[in-house]
Amino acid sequence: MPDSRKYIFAFLITAVIFGTAIFVSNYFSQKRINAIQSIEDRISLDILASETQYALLQETSCKNTATSTLSKDLGDLSQKLSIAEEQNGADDPSVLNLKKQYSLLEIKDYLLMKSITAKCGNRPTFILYFYSNEGDCPDCQKMGYVLTALHDTFPDLRIYSFDFNLDLEAVHTLRSIYGLSATLPALVVNSDPYYGFQPLDELIKDVPALARLKAALDRARAATSTATTTSKKK
Amino acid sequence: MLFSSLMLYISLFVALFFEVFLLITYFEIREEIKFEEKHNGKDLTNYPSVTIIVPCYNEESTVASTIRSLLSLQYPKDKLKLIVVDDGSTDNTQKSLEEFTHHPQIQTFKKENGGKHTALNFALERVDTELVGCLDADSFVEPEALKRIVGFFTDEATMAVTPSIKIHEPISVLQHVQKVEYNWGIFLRRVLSSINGLYVTPGPFSIFRTRIFKEIGGYREAYLTEDMEMALRMHRNHYKIVNSHNAYVYTVAPSKLSDLYKQRVRWAYGFLNNAVDYRDMYFNKKYGNIGIFVLPIATFSVFSTLYAAGNALWSIFSKIPDALTRYQAVGFAWNFNAPHFSVDWFTFNTGITAMITYTTIILSLTLLYLALALAEGKVRLKKDVLYYLTIYILIVPLWLAKATYSTLARKPITWR
Repeated sequence: MPDSRKYIFAFLITAVIFGTAIFVSNYFSQKRINAIQSIEDRISLDILASETQYALLQETSCKNTATSTLSKDLGDLSQKLSIAEEQNGADDPSVLNLKKQYSLLEIKDYLLMKSITAKCGNRPTFILYFYSNEGDCPDCQKMGYVLTALHDTFPDLRIYSFDFNLDLEAVHTLRSIYGLSATLPALVVNSDPYYGFQPLDELIKDVPALARLKAALDRARAATSTATTTSKKK
Repeated sequence: MLFSSLMLYISLFVALFFEVFLLITYFEIREEIKFEEKHNGKDLTNYPSVTIIVPCYNEESTVASTIRSLLSLQYPKDKLKLIVVDDGSTDNTQKSLEEFTHHPQIQTFKKENGGKHTALNFALERVDTELVGCLDADSFVEPEALKRIVGFFTDEATMAVTPSIKIHEPISVLQHVQKVEYNWGIFLRRVLSSINGLYVTPGPFSIFRTRIFKEIGGYREAYLTEDMEMALRMHRNHYKIVNSHNAYVYTVAPSKLSDLYKQRVRWAYGFLNNAVDYRDMYFNKKYGNIGIFVLPIATFSVFSTLYAAGNALWSIFSKIPDALTRYQAVGFAWNFNAPHFSVDWFTFNTGITAMITYTTIILSLTLLYLALALAEGKVRLKKDVLYYLTIYILIVPLWLAKATYSTLARKPITWR
């Protein structure tokens, strides 16, 4: 006859292991949320710092303001945001909050960098990329890959991505400044809007700012190649 | 999505429950195992007469060694007989048997080919000893094996004793994988034995009381897994089957994937079809642990393995459209950065499913450690363990899928 006590005992141990796993998982979820909150705090501080930096811009030299403090945090935040979206869920309130803060940080960085470059006489290229995660933008994923490849080709290019449907007033304002319609994906390159999917080659060809970057890159490569050949001949 | 999560949680819970049950049972019987290792076969006073049947079909290269290993058994010669049945071999098996024709302990027969079960039944009709066993003609026994097995028959209730099977001289990667798998089998058999839950009396060297064949009949074709059907029939008749974990038998393992695949399809197909034939035993308290626990969980493991493999395949295939999209967007101009290894806990998957999966894996490795310790004496992390951990989980779904398909489509399978 089966020893029912052993089955009950094994069942209880299994249930305890299951319960512990759920508890530990919840513990780490909470810890992740805490980490997200600390990132949010850091963002608040960064925003304040950027506002101060922005105000001081008129007083500082171009050498000292080559990069914004915010830019350094953007990459790290973007990665953590993706992980948090994957593990806690995209609808998790703390994740949504982080996404909003991240968007604000991007806008701040965009404004600051625009001011810096205007003051210092640089001609950088800014791309604002609007996407949607709500299933109404079949080409957004492709566009994302194109922009990643574009950034790999031109590392100095500044690309800021925004969820078109994010419930954040600053993003709404950004949309209305450039008069964007809901045709996605949408790009704003140096203030000019472009709608729909743009293949990499066409994007570089059709957007004057990118065509200029490509030409500059080609010239630099040609110069490097000539220098190498000359040095070898010597 | 909800169904998928539910299936995943149920599978993980059952897997964890099974592992916990094995662990509890193992710790219960640890002292018993130690006692067996010390005394089993050493204080035997009564040697019952035994006949070993060797059915063979085209086993010219191994049959002579198999017989010689049987003749080397440490057992009184007047108590041990061999019946070798050539089941219509078309190679030189008969020639290999010639040297044993006049041996006083051996009777050799040749019959028309009819399958292993017919060869066994042919021999069973000629058995007049108290105990009878079988040894496949590609297997070899250790000299002490029979003494260790016979010791268990002092318990009048014991009707069959199974040995522990090891792989004979593994060479290929697949044979090393099977070596670890068989060692795991040694542990599993010993644990299941303690709850009378053995559902196979393996062809290599399982020994029976001869009278059971008179009581419940001889071997059946049973989807080419007559050893499984016999064990199930014995359980249906409430016969006790035990395992002698240190009675070692060595078998030649398939070295090629195609041969292993055929063998395992046959085993899995046999299990599924015999399970259907003996479905009345499932969840039936009348049949004890085998009905309540062992058969249901063995069947469940077939389907949960297939489900897990299907899920893994799906997650791989579902990445293909994404890769195509990426290719359409940027061609092969992908950024292949060097892998970034981060020790940041933030990147560590701490979801509920992941946590339970980690626990299940840790328990599985603990059980594997105990299994290797039981089978080998001491555990060393060698290449065979690594092969097993990396290759085995990839190949098992292959034969389970084929066997399940053949069962559902009612397509019979062949021996070779």
